[in-house]
Amino acid sequence: MSTSTTVKILTRENMNPKVLKAEYAVRGELAIRSEQLKVDLAKGAVYPFKRVVGCNIGNPQALDQKPITFFRQVASLVEYSALLEDENREVALKLYAPDAIDRAKSLVKNIGSIGAYSHSQGIPAIRQHVADFIAERDGHPADPSKIYLTQGASAGVQLTLQMIVEHSKVGIMIPIPQYPLYTATLAVLDAKPVPYYLDESKGWGLTTQELQRSYDESVKNGIDTRALVIINPGNPTGQCLTEENMREIIDFCQKQRLILLADEVYQTNIYFPAKRPFHSFKKVLKSMGPAYEGFELISFHSISKGMIGECGRRGGYFECEGLDAGVLQEIYKISSVSLCPNIHGQIMVDLMVKPPKEGEPSYPLYKQEYDAIYNSLIKRAAILEKTFNELEGCTCNSADGAITFLPQPELFEEFCLGIKNFHAEFLNKYRD
Amino acid sequence: LLKDENSEAALRLFPSDAIARAKLLLKNIGSIGAYSHSQGIPHIRENVAKFIEERDGHAADPSKIYLTQGASAGVQLTLQMIVEHSKVGIMIPIPQYPLYTATLAVLDANPVPYYLDEAKGWGLTTEELARSLSDAKRRGIETRALVIINPGNPTGQVLSEENMRDIIRFCKDNKIILLADEVYQTNIYLPKERPFHSFKKVLKSMGPEFDGFELISYHSISKGMIGECGRRGGYFECEGLDESVLEQIYKISSISLCPNVQGQIMVDLMVNPPKKGDPSFEQYKKEYDDIYYSLIKRAHKLENTFNSLEGCTCNSADGAMYLFPQIRLPKKAIEAARAAGKEPDQFYCLAMLESTGVCMVAGSGFGQVEGTAHFRSTFLPQPELFDEFCGGIQKFHASFMDKYRD
Repeated sequence: MSTSTTVKILTRENMNPKVLKAEYAVRGELAIRSEQLKVDLAKGAVYPFKRVVGCNIGNPQALDQKPITFFRQVASLVEYSALLEDENREVALKLYAPDAIDRAKSLVKNIGSIGAYSHSQGIPAIRQHVADFIAERDGHPADPSKIYLTQGASAGVQLTLQMIVEHSKVGIMIPIPQYPLYTATLAVLDAKPVPYYLDESKGWGLTTQELQRSYDESVKNGIDTRALVIINPGNPTGQCLTEENMREIIDFCQKQRLILLADEVYQTNIYFPAKRPFHSFKKVLKSMGPAYEGFELISFHSISKGMIGECGRRGGYFECEGLDAGVLQEIYKISSVSLCPNIHGQIMVDLMVKPPKEGEPSYPLYKQEYDAIYNSLIKRAAILEKTFNELEGCTCNSADGAITFLPQPELFEEFCLGIKNFHAEFLNKYRD
Repeated sequence: LLKDENSEAALRLFPSDAIARAKLLLKNIGSIGAYSHSQGIPHIRENVAKFIEERDGHAADPSKIYLTQGASAGVQLTLQMIVEHSKVGIMIPIPQYPLYTATLAVLDANPVPYYLDEAKGWGLTTEELARSLSDAKRRGIETRALVIINPGNPTGQVLSEENMRDIIRFCKDNKIILLADEVYQTNIYLPKERPFHSFKKVLKSMGPEFDGFELISYHSISKGMIGECGRRGGYFECEGLDESVLEQIYKISSISLCPNVQGQIMVDLMVNPPKKGDPSFEQYKKEYDDIYYSLIKRAHKLENTFNSLEGCTCNSADGAMYLFPQIRLPKKAIEAARAAGKEPDQFYCLAMLESTGVCMVAGSGFGQVEGTAHFRSTFLPQPELFDEFCGGIQKFHASFMDKYRD
């Protein structure tokens, strides 16, 4: 703490007011306090708990979720070229699967040096694989030149919103509840959030009536609404949209001339795949025929979620559909000012969209690890949902999707019990 | 790779100190796939603080250090803090690295240019700083900060301690924050005549009168002998900043969750490399020195090449990775450039690219005295291709001048 009596040049009073306005609860007051508690516990402080459990953030590997072995093998092989040399193959095969070695060689061939700045839009070979993945997922082609690799989906959201916000009367429709990246980014850009409410009593459902109400209200307030953000599966709400709902939403955007921003980072966290499967907005759009050609859609994906959970690596991409060529040039230009997204994040995107296939040496282990994480998430989500629904005055919708972060299975019972005990005490303390 | 059961195989591929360092890092990080602390892993920030202390002889505080995805991300974040409204001005050198003008454009702030003097080895005088500042004041601009790039980019000059003290005094007198872009601090080619001093060190040596002086210093893993550009790692250190401003810096960092962990790890390795006595030290020193001497050699070769071209002069590079020669283009070339809708130096560089495959950056991209033409070249092409590279430039330049000679 400065003891100087100098009057500071830069203070709260004269710094960028837009920065002051922005809030990000995920790492706000609760998270900051929890970090201090961690430090205190490490120093031997005594609290009614033995450990701090971070359920504030989708950070599965911080809660002991194991990384996918194949992905880590490839990531470590591309780092150190000696591992790929023929003279070391015998030793390398003691530590690495042969298809991991092949994949690493192929990546190094396509990238060159992983220490060099890459193409600002992302390594071309990786964007090609992303396009292949999208085409296979949706049954419709994807164009690598319309794909931008980013440092997490967050960076892509911030970049594209920056493009769209022309002036301070621009509005962007966001779901309530939403992931606070959106409000924080709009605050910094000095744009207007235009909130539309998800219906808690209808499983966090979304109606076009509510979209229309929200839009009309913004017009009445003199706001120039330009885009609609949909988070599907939802965060924090975990609902998955039906195809019909998605067609209505696209229709709504087309009618009101809104760009659709589809945050689809939880697309592989789908817990009722038969009842509530994931459909990408790109697929649904393409299935709606020529009347919707030229519809403007940006779709976001990330390596931080799903069963992968490689949050710290900061990788993801967005795909542009129907955007003006002049706008795409500007997206490239702004990306180039930051040079390029980090190579390791790009490599993990490649692995995410092109994992081991059936028949390949690493496939059985990959499938086993993937399924184990998936089934464990479903199980813990169900237990936690039940725990919450048993609390006095508490109701909880089930999660069709999302939720990637739950305390480790071995601590789960203790965790649920801790919540039950706290809640009962809290209500007893403040009971009417 | 770190499991005991694999240690025999691992030791055939990795030296023991690399294995030990990796174990230590994992112990302090947890999982490298998890989001870290938004300010950067505490253990690594402590190592950065130790590095700064050892470099400068003055204490550094890990809580005032922020790890970032390259220095660029730190520059963008801190400028975003400072730009309160569209009348805010930030002093930038001309020529400058265009991250600054690009960022100021996006923030809708005013670049306040001060000119480096080409005739004096790209020197910087406080008279010029004062001129620039009062010019801005006259235009109704509220100048809040001064950017210094030391060693310079694209210009490669290294400031003397005396010059740096003058600059600090200027900032204090005019209530301006100093932003010190020091990413090239280990690219120092005349270590005796023109050594690197950090602004932090010079500030601390100026005594209690300068307590509370506001300084932000930036560093990166992309430059030096390391060159791990693609990894996107770096840091900035805040000195004298208000506590509530530091809270806001943390808050904005938290929206992007954290800087990528591989970049943070490389910062750790940069500030805490193998030491004498460590198994890897010999190889580390050899690799480091080879790169260093090769850079010096190539810098001289290229400087001589440029100075041999007709109408071209080039200052030597005390530091960084670039040469920034001035070209005097014949009138016909300038007319042809205008007819093509290009700046003359851009036109020249485009012709060079088409003819030699060599891609430079035109001086107009960095800013220059009106009416002059420059381009920036790195001296990084591989040693085995370097003579061919220089020869190609000479050949191209001669034919360009022949074509457009008055």
